[in-house]
Amino acid sequence: MEFLNSFILITNYIIIPGLTYGSQLALGALGITIVYTVLRFSNFAHGEFMSFGTMSTILLTWLFIDSNIKFGTFPTAIIVLPFSIIFTIIYCLLVDKFVFKFYRQQKSKSVIALIVSIGVMFFTGGLIRFIIGPGDKNFMDGERFILKAKDFKMLTGLDEGLTIKSTQGVTIILTILLVIILFWFLNKTKTGKSMRAYSDNQELALLSGINPERIVLITWIITGTLACVAGTLYGLDKSYKPFTYLHLVLPIFAAAIVGGVGNPIGAIIGGFVISFSELLITFAYKKFFFYILPDNFLPDGLLQILSTDYKIAVSFIILVLVLLIKPTGIYKGKIIE
Amino acid sequence: MQDKQHIILLFLSMFILIAFVGFFQSWNLALTIFNLCIISSIMSLGINIQWGNAGIVNFGVMGFAALGGLANIIVSMPPTAKAWDAGAIYILIGIIIFILSIIFSILVWLKSGLSKKKKYIINFLLIILGYFLMRYIIDSPIKAIEAIEPAKTGYLGGLDLPVIISWPIGGLLAAMIAYVIGKISLGLRSDYLAIATLGISEIIIYILKNEDWLSRGVKNVNGLPRPVPYEIDLQSEPWVLELTKFFNIPVSEISSIIVKLSYSCIFLLILIGILLLLEIAQKSPWGRMMRAIRDNEVSANAMGKDIKTRHLQVFVIGSAIIGIAGAMLTTLDGQFTPVTYQPLRFTFLIWIMVIIGGSGNNFGSIIGGFLIWFFWVQSEPLGLWFISQITAHISDTNIIKSHLLENAAHIRLMFMGMILLITLRFAPKGLIPEVKR
Repeated sequence: MEFLNSFILITNYIIIPGLTYGSQLALGALGITIVYTVLRFSNFAHGEFMSFGTMSTILLTWLFIDSNIKFGTFPTAIIVLPFSIIFTIIYCLLVDKFVFKFYRQQKSKSVIALIVSIGVMFFTGGLIRFIIGPGDKNFMDGERFILKAKDFKMLTGLDEGLTIKSTQGVTIILTILLVIILFWFLNKTKTGKSMRAYSDNQELALLSGINPERIVLITWIITGTLACVAGTLYGLDKSYKPFTYLHLVLPIFAAAIVGGVGNPIGAIIGGFVISFSELLITFAYKKFFFYILPDNFLPDGLLQILSTDYKIAVSFIILVLVLLIKPTGIYKGKIIE
Repeated sequence: MQDKQHIILLFLSMFILIAFVGFFQSWNLALTIFNLCIISSIMSLGINIQWGNAGIVNFGVMGFAALGGLANIIVSMPPTAKAWDAGAIYILIGIIIFILSIIFSILVWLKSGLSKKKKYIINFLLIILGYFLMRYIIDSPIKAIEAIEPAKTGYLGGLDLPVIISWPIGGLLAAMIAYVIGKISLGLRSDYLAIATLGISEIIIYILKNEDWLSRGVKNVNGLPRPVPYEIDLQSEPWVLELTKFFNIPVSEISSIIVKLSYSCIFLLILIGILLLLEIAQKSPWGRMMRAIRDNEVSANAMGKDIKTRHLQVFVIGSAIIGIAGAMLTTLDGQFTPVTYQPLRFTFLIWIMVIIGGSGNNFGSIIGGFLIWFFWVQSEPLGLWFISQITAHISDTNIIKSHLLENAAHIRLMFMGMILLITLRFAPKGLIPEVKR
């Protein structure tokens, strides 16, 4: 019984939040990885693309609620997602047409493209704040919980409760779906294969008759989709504030690099490595040991490795460590000169 | 000599812009902008020597500036006597033990002939051991120190020295940290270096935000001493009163103008000093070598130049300059507020200054710093004016109009992004291009 309690405690405070946050990071990191391999630069504007997607979702959600279109207890934000994805893709394509395309044709160094992406980041950030304002926006409606702590306690008779928020459930399910579709696309379809070929060796791909403009188009479609979904899920889960998305870029880069930049599987693994280490290192283990240790062995103090204030700093520490010890990441990523 | 005229013209127009603010808004505001322009210019000089001269991407400006701010506290605040009784010495011992464990593990990594697997395990254990030993030693003294009058002190305090000493100390502190960062991360490629420095600067800010015993964290340190007189003292001086009569403006205004002017003079001296040193460095064989390394690492290496050491050198120098500027900024503000350190304002804005001004040219960085800071401050009223102009014919009760007016301040982010993108596209060399030597 005591053991079960401690297990539920860990599930409630580490496993479920870790899976949720990890999924959000993984989707973001996938976007960064794909831009990095195909277009060959680190896109600092990705966080703002996510923010843009979330903003479109929020505006559409308001529109739907205003016109009384409802789908039972299902969150409206998920219903409008396909439309906001289209908006995000259009925005990405516009940015590419007016900004990134020039540097691609010039074959600029990747550092220059990185600095350009900072300009895009500023512009997009300003645009978003101009349209929706800098304030906090909560756009979650419908049923809040899949499983409530009280119900769980009643059901099992355990001391520890287990809560699953519907945003957490939606995040995990949508991520699994999206990742399956993405991998099917990259590995099984002809377009996906030509994309991989292009990212491996541009000259050879051109020689075999692959149209580079089409590859770029598809890359931005995938990036826009991933950014919009990742941003919306993060916003649903933690409430939306344009400001936080700027700070989200670093954990996402951390996830992509830890997994191995340029490797889609690595991006997913990296997302979960980051999210779980953040939670494991800042979790106060006192209650956990309270269940499994006999009373007189219990040490005092919260038994925390690092205080919760350092939660996000953990991802930076891991990032720096990985860059120092193994810059190619867990799965060997691409190194682009 | 076309270049010199070009530079003089740019600086002249910059001063006219600031003078406009003085005439149409207020001289107080104009001087505030001017002072911050100088600090921004010094920071962009620091980035320019790294990026423009050596091609190193340093996105850690925020962290080094904050370290300079920390130097203000350490140097100039009065020490909290009770904190030293409460065991502040144990904190130092604990931190030294942790650093020793890291140094020892680096030695094991480099010098011992063990297999890689064993090295990983030993290093991991060493650092974990060092960390928990440190926590065991420092946890209770930290608690004790933070409990001493938390509303007023609750931290170690400083050395109670004149605040102006904190500027070189801030540079030194930044240089020391930059040495460690550079030593471990300069081997990385440019993108990774950018992300690593950004990450490290965030870690520095997190530490300053949360280690209350060191910097009071989010409670801020207020009332830092000043190198210039206080307005209140000036207001009773006879010569100030005479000036008031002469210019016919209120005494409160003239006293704050005098304070700001004296800051401007000190800052201007420092800016000119740093500029001179950098110009000499750039023209010397050392500067030529740095540019050779930037333009072609392989051939510079073949010529026998030690690229790693040179990169480290320039990284440390540039970061020290940023540290000095950061310390000056905190002194000017009179308080240390870790929350205000945002990458947008401290890292990316400085980068925009360097790119717009012209990477590789010191005068360019200065004009970039002036221009971008000026527009960063002034684009808020400009944006508001712009929006109210285009919505002038819409009635005041319109929701869209009020929404637009409310969010007009955020136009400045869009504006900055636009300037950067347009410069990179149409004039990638910036306002004052690098001199071809």
